[in-house]
Amino acid sequence: MSLLDFARGPALQVALAVFVGGVAWRLLSLLLLPWARDRSVARPGAPSALMGAVHGFVRHLWPPKPAPGNAVFVTLNSYVFHFGLAVIVLGLAQHILFLRGLFGVQWANLPSGLVSAVSVVTLAALVVALAHRLVDPVVRLISTLNDYFSWFVTVVPVASGLLAVSHLGARYETLLAIHILSVALLLIWFPFGKLMHAFLVFLTRSETGILYSRRGGGI
Amino acid sequence: MSERDTIGELLLRRGVSRRALLKYTTYLATVMALPPLASRVMADALAKARRQSVIWLSFQECTGCTESLTRSFSPTIEDIIFDLISLDYHEALQAVSGTAAEEARLAAMKENQGKYVVVVDGSVSTRDGGVYSTSGGKTNLEVLKETAEHALALISVGTCAAFGGIPHANPNPTGALPVSDIITDKPVINISGCPPIAEAMAGTIAYLITFGKLPDLDHLNRPKAFFGDSIHDRCYRRPFYDKGLFAKSFDDEGARKGWCLYEVGCKGPVTYNACATLKWNGGVSFPIQSGHGCLGCSEPNFWDKGGFYRPLSSHAGNPAAIIGGAVAVGAAAGVASALLARRRKQQAAKESQS
Repeated sequence: MSLLDFARGPALQVALAVFVGGVAWRLLSLLLLPWARDRSVARPGAPSALMGAVHGFVRHLWPPKPAPGNAVFVTLNSYVFHFGLAVIVLGLAQHILFLRGLFGVQWANLPSGLVSAVSVVTLAALVVALAHRLVDPVVRLISTLNDYFSWFVTVVPVASGLLAVSHLGARYETLLAIHILSVALLLIWFPFGKLMHAFLVFLTRSETGILYSRRGGGI
Repeated sequence: MSERDTIGELLLRRGVSRRALLKYTTYLATVMALPPLASRVMADALAKARRQSVIWLSFQECTGCTESLTRSFSPTIEDIIFDLISLDYHEALQAVSGTAAEEARLAAMKENQGKYVVVVDGSVSTRDGGVYSTSGGKTNLEVLKETAEHALALISVGTCAAFGGIPHANPNPTGALPVSDIITDKPVINISGCPPIAEAMAGTIAYLITFGKLPDLDHLNRPKAFFGDSIHDRCYRRPFYDKGLFAKSFDDEGARKGWCLYEVGCKGPVTYNACATLKWNGGVSFPIQSGHGCLGCSEPNFWDKGGFYRPLSSHAGNPAAIIGGAVAVGAAAGVASALLARRRKQQAAKESQS
């Protein structure tokens, strides 16, 4: 069995199984936890829980004014690589084919050159994000191995994919195998590390929004 | 034709001039990326060379490789070169049969001990002692070992001989193996393809005769001159790949416009062969030019790579059952974990009340 056969076959199957199984475990074990009833008296004019959740989520999409330090730049940089990742995953024809194989749906792809350009920008934004994590004393203090490894498993698929689509550095089958294996690593790590925020961000920010809309003065 | 005649004498007798031979060797030297002077060296060496004794063994094969080499689009100098080797044994082409044929093989082996070249097409059955493919009462395995013992070199023609090919495909009922897995003490050159390209075969023989050594080989023992580039890198549809313009099916607008066939399963990016440059039928066309993706037939295990029409970037196999099982296991673990937390909460509440 060649490296590419291994990557496309057993490696990807195990990774997908760990990913969906792990995400199901994380979400259900969290959502089915017993909830403590909020016995505090709601402040006058408090919105419904749903509105509070929506407001809380929207409210956290941008730093509050006056934004402290370089918060606007850091937020903007995060948007760049998040949107970049979405464009890469959902826009490249090869990725759409992979997703079609899983879900049976297909959509129009973006030009490969455009996706490559977005990949370069995404990589640059991810490097800036790492630099900020290393340079900012507060962020560095609260960063753990989990954060750095999550960054690593995100960067490697982008870099290896860029090389594969450009046919640079090695034979295509080797580059494609490395790329698929790096995606497998990302999928395996996803439910257990900080990457789980892709699902949990909706829960945590909504929960915070509900809490803040009910109590205190509101922001 | 006597084996003592040189190829040059035989070519002259057939009306092939030195100029024609030079033109051919220039073409070969160009195809094989040899230095310009090599064409003259090849022409001189070929003209002076004596006919190379070749024993051609056909094992688990469909004769497509022999058809490819002997029935090319029009009679070319490759055919003549092919004719001018001393083909001492070839089951599909020789006139004699039975005991006489086997005696011809043994006689050629004795006369040219240590000098003859063994060409093999077809894979070798090895299960149960190789009984699933026999000839003249001997298994292919026995014939191969016996013939290869005093050979100069072996050439595996076609993917079956080179990598096991279709007989080797899952579940491989005959225990088919490539020649190189059985003969490990002799040089084995692989000219893979299903079938292989005639020029690759003729060029490799011409190189062997001219320089008396093996050409540069890749990691799969294939001549780099013919297997150095991927089909994809030399494909005329490559610009469409780079632009992200793909045919979605074999009869859509993209297919009619000649866009890249990656989405309909083309294996060109991971297949190394000269189809896109040398082409077939006298350079007329090749599968991608005819509108079908490359099957990857010159690569090992091409039959078991997850489907000819499944794109390279998609997963191989069917993970639905595994994923479904994983969701069930993950969900069960999640529910169990939450129930445990609820029980702990109830326990704590009970303890605080008591």
